[in-house]
Amino acid sequence: MSRIYIPHDTVAVALGADDVADAVSQLCPDAEVVRTGSRGLFWLEPMIEVDTADGRKAYGPVTVDDVASLVSAGFADGGDHPFGLGPTEDIPFLKNQERLTFARCGVADPLSLADYEAHGGLKGLHKALEMTAKDISEQVMASGLRGRGGAAFPAGIKWRTVLGAVADQKYIVCNADEGDSGTFADRMIMEGDPFALIEGMIIAGLGTGAAKGFVYLRSEYPVAKRVFAEALAHAYDAGLLGDNVLKSGKPFDLELFMGAGAYICGEETSLLESLEGKRGEVRAKPPLPALEGLNGKPTLVHNVISLCAVPTILAEGADYYKDFGMGRSTGTMPFQLAGNVLRGGLVEKAFGVTLRELVNEFGGGTRSGLPVKAAQVGGPLGAYLPPDLFDTPMDYESFAEIGAGVGHGGIVVFDETADMAAQAKYAFDFCAAESCGKCTPCRIGAVRGSEVMAKVMKGEDRETNIDLITDLLEVMEDGSLCAMGGMTPVPVKSVLRHFADEVMTPQAVSSGKGAAS
Amino acid sequence: MADDVAHTIPALDAIIAPYVDKTGGLMCALNALQAELGYIDAAATARLADAFNLTKAEVKGVISFYEDFTTRPRGKHVIRICQAEACQSVGARTLTQHATEKLGIGLGETTKDGRVTLEPVYCLGLCANGPAVMADGKVKAQVTEAAFDKLAGVEGDGA
Repeated sequence: MSRIYIPHDTVAVALGADDVADAVSQLCPDAEVVRTGSRGLFWLEPMIEVDTADGRKAYGPVTVDDVASLVSAGFADGGDHPFGLGPTEDIPFLKNQERLTFARCGVADPLSLADYEAHGGLKGLHKALEMTAKDISEQVMASGLRGRGGAAFPAGIKWRTVLGAVADQKYIVCNADEGDSGTFADRMIMEGDPFALIEGMIIAGLGTGAAKGFVYLRSEYPVAKRVFAEALAHAYDAGLLGDNVLKSGKPFDLELFMGAGAYICGEETSLLESLEGKRGEVRAKPPLPALEGLNGKPTLVHNVISLCAVPTILAEGADYYKDFGMGRSTGTMPFQLAGNVLRGGLVEKAFGVTLRELVNEFGGGTRSGLPVKAAQVGGPLGAYLPPDLFDTPMDYESFAEIGAGVGHGGIVVFDETADMAAQAKYAFDFCAAESCGKCTPCRIGAVRGSEVMAKVMKGEDRETNIDLITDLLEVMEDGSLCAMGGMTPVPVKSVLRHFADEVMTPQAVSSGKGAAS
Repeated sequence: MADDVAHTIPALDAIIAPYVDKTGGLMCALNALQAELGYIDAAATARLADAFNLTKAEVKGVISFYEDFTTRPRGKHVIRICQAEACQSVGARTLTQHATEKLGIGLGETTKDGRVTLEPVYCLGLCANGPAVMADGKVKAQVTEAAFDKLAGVEGDGA
């Protein structure tokens, strides 16, 4: 019986994959349709794959109207068709990646624990179950893993801190409130390889002495919610979670917790407040969540991707992981190509790849075909970079040197029609909409910043108003409680620095036209 | 969906009860009420305050913090258009303008007949395939103006 793989990933579904799957099931009654995650080649979605003697072959993008012709072409056995993409692994976009964390995504059946194990899953957990908590957290320390959510804090230090804290209860909290525009790695892996996150969280529990975990997921991700909830149920049924993890005698419980539409809850202390059922207002630090986190107990808070990197580190060893990357940015990073890009999707590469390679070679330039004007790296709090900075290697230190950040790895491409002053104003508007309101620089600063930027765009007293904005940015940067107010200046400053001519000349007055307006 | 029968005290308490002793129970209860009833009214707020030993003001504070919670019913159909950068780079602003003109309402508003509520959303994770829209909980990618009209049921309307 042939197997046909059709993604249930949000992107594929948004482009009609469910209808394609129904049509394939109907026209190929003898085939087994497996709903997988996405390979992350989003311009080819819905991309369907089949098993052949030469490995997996791909076809895409497939709409429901194409299914009949695919069937006539004998696609289930790898038959030729105009949408044929050849062996999946040979597609250059995929072939040139280094997939550690996303190795199974789009390949294995995300809801089959047997398939997960057959593709190398649970190897890390089995090893961890033989180790002491201290040895586990020291492995993570030695791997050099840094938080993938955006702050890039050394993971091992957090693990040590939580392990060292004495308490009757500790927690592992996974931050799946992936609100940055241009990012979808958390969503993709929760839809495509949810057991990897579950395994990573159990290992984190073993490494820090915590027996209870929560995954805080944003409500904008209904597909991830459905898939992850189903994976959780399977994990309990199989004895992977519960009182006796894989019959080791050790307990670990995991709950899925839904957010309700607040970007700020991606900030770890705001997330903890929300997880306690409160308004998601950020907390002052200290105390660190590692010592006083959820319900006042020691809590390890990590982004999805950080936790999903852990099974590989345990399975293959810290040195194996550390050999990827450069300098103090070790391992791989799932970069996400988004916005006005020809070939958008997920590129997992070792740190050190340049923005040019990502945007031009993987991404193929803009979708509109117009020249690239800027790429915003690292979400709404990330810098807009012009192409002459695209040779900067993507690693934490090199990006810090140019006043930018890698963040959660999102790269949003803009073509030449982008109005950069409008983008700077939007940074303030977004901060005004999403600020939790607790500290003044963020709550008031964002509103005032937007007002003053509007004046600049109208050409009112540009020099004076830019001075005013520069002052305001300093106050927000130094005086805000968290990264929301503290880093909203990053995109604004980058526009003022790299696109000053455009902001300062009369032609920059927003015309309200063009693809980006 | 929202009808007065469902808002009786026993009905409200039945929805709230499973979450009372849980970590973050108030958020879970609010999500459940919003899903079951379509909005969270004064009666529900009072029951929540009672169940979680909070003041009504504290419960209202939580409700008002999160975009998903509403104190009035939304329209029959809810269409959310992504306003974030990745979608902006491929025309989300133009699409939003088209949507507001076509429906004659702004973001966050409901058509007079109560048929459609238009809302902004900041990222649906479809950042390589924008502009992205969520229509009645279903995600849609690369949404053109024509595709929007179809989703909103306003095809051929001369707006």
